[in-house]
Amino acid sequence: MDATKLKITLGPVPYLWDGAAWRDFYFRIADCAWIDAVTLGEVVCSKRIHFIQPFIDSVTARLAEAGKEVTLASMAMVTLEREALLTRRLVQASAWPVEANDLSALGLLAGKPHLVGPFVNVYNGATARILAARGATRICLGPELPLSSVAEIIRDAPAMDFEVFAFGRLPLAVSARCAHARAKGHSKDNCQFVCQDDPDGLAVDTLDGQSFLTLNGVQTMSHTCQVLLAELPVLRRAGVTHIRLSPQHCDMADVAEVFADVRDGRIDTAEGETRLRSIYPGVPFSNGFHHGTVGADWVPPAPVAQQVPA
Amino acid sequence: MELICPAGTPSAFREAVDAGADAVYCGFRDETNARNFPGLNFTREELGTSIAYGKARGVQTYVALNTFMRAGSEALWYGAADDAVRLGADALIVADLALMAYIAQHHPQQRLHVSVQASASNADAINFLVQTFGAKRLVLPRVLTVADIAALAPKVACELEVFAFGGLCVMAEGRCSLSSYATGLSPNMQGVCSPASHVRYREDGAEMVSELGGYTINRFAAEEPAGYPTLCKGRFHIADDDGYAFEDPVSLDVMDHVDALRDAGVTALKIEGRQRGKAYVAEVVSRLRQALAATPEQRPALLDHLRLLSEGQRTTAGAYEKKWR
Repeated sequence: MDATKLKITLGPVPYLWDGAAWRDFYFRIADCAWIDAVTLGEVVCSKRIHFIQPFIDSVTARLAEAGKEVTLASMAMVTLEREALLTRRLVQASAWPVEANDLSALGLLAGKPHLVGPFVNVYNGATARILAARGATRICLGPELPLSSVAEIIRDAPAMDFEVFAFGRLPLAVSARCAHARAKGHSKDNCQFVCQDDPDGLAVDTLDGQSFLTLNGVQTMSHTCQVLLAELPVLRRAGVTHIRLSPQHCDMADVAEVFADVRDGRIDTAEGETRLRSIYPGVPFSNGFHHGTVGADWVPPAPVAQQVPA
Repeated sequence: MELICPAGTPSAFREAVDAGADAVYCGFRDETNARNFPGLNFTREELGTSIAYGKARGVQTYVALNTFMRAGSEALWYGAADDAVRLGADALIVADLALMAYIAQHHPQQRLHVSVQASASNADAINFLVQTFGAKRLVLPRVLTVADIAALAPKVACELEVFAFGGLCVMAEGRCSLSSYATGLSPNMQGVCSPASHVRYREDGAEMVSELGGYTINRFAAEEPAGYPTLCKGRFHIADDDGYAFEDPVSLDVMDHVDALRDAGVTALKIEGRQRGKAYVAEVVSRLRQALAATPEQRPALLDHLRLLSEGQRTTAGAYEKKWR
């Protein structure tokens, strides 16, 4: 593969989907030529794991057979003993490389080659170099980071691969309390898996009817979908090696094709954006974090004449 | 248990010392700490004077350097750590892994506390920080029950500090970008949450509307007091209902659980509120000092008055009680 080409990775499904639907989603991804790597596993809530557990082996085998680089993600927040055990078991027994999403997985993975996910706080190159020295080979940076930080971190830790969150609702917060269950009259401990009713999350609007946030179990996400499409050349020049597409309830193989088409110059950014809006309709796009401003904002691409060639 | 008290100004620092703090925590006047609010915090000279005031009275000073170092500007944080050490801080409270590494390497004798912002919520995470950076104490994120803390304490090789009173983060600390999503400014990067610079109140008929970054966070009827629009304590519309989606405008009070926390092995109780005035600090510190010394039967009378000083004048034990989840 062209060493200068951004690789396309698929992040874990953030939502609770029916197990068979989850499996079929990944079987379709296995057939999608545009996706180079797949990171999967339950990241948000340990109560959900039994939904996908029976299908993980068949999914990972199918993805690997199709030539995808497979990674298993650890949980973003580990508080209960049961969750600590799951994390330890993942680190010790995984047949696939592990992506650390909390400090416990990070600690346990010391000395083994591993990846670091967007839920570990890496805000500077010095932290990236500490993680590299412990065995991290690639870091998916948190979506809050502006381009200026991304570029500076990569300059400071050039030996590593870096991944940036390029498509999907933004993971904004995680809580011990489940606002999603609470919205439906349940507590976390007796949640009855109501988050499964919302395969693309549950909308939180303001009292003045502004679309604002999305509930996904204990996680709070943006209402907007972050899209970094016009930004691909600048990310590439900054040294980013991978872009992450975070699964939404839409055709992610088609989303990946759009990113590949724009990356490879087969279509321009405007056409890519138009296609994304028809693949994932009704959800506004944002890219404000990348541009160092309000995360929910959409900074339109510069007019073509002002765009620097890739 | 030690009582760790907040100070946003030198006068609040003195009040906290005089009111019975075991330690006072504070920060420099910049983005190196998570209460980077206008008019708050300490110059180098003020910190030196305050540390001396505390030392003369047997009270320790902890310096919060608990934001994440902005890439390319690490020198600001390293310099703040060097200065805090030089000025005689008893401990540095740190969240960024690279800043912990810097302190462990350049100031190996300096006592290191891990900030709540580091979000270490289990034994493996905590022991990783203890072994790698020599942390002596960890401030627990507000995601664990008292029973969870009791199960955790014997498994970790450092002291544990917990938030006992004051503001309540509903989201796991250090892992929340809600504020920057709405305003561009975040706790992790700029040391602010729901910043006043982005707050607007407007009247709409008989109602008062509070906004943050152009988003409506709450609407108040004429007779309702209009609270500050902290994002996670706003009223929102979900499905067919309007309500407090994440948490009501309440603050944290776990003083009903102090004996259980002591039995669990907790070393120190922390009071939130570096942004509060000196009168508040003096009142809260002295009441909690008395409450710690009192019997469980005497405590409610000592604490009732404090609850009136709290945000929304209502309190919760939050994640410390399982039913909160």
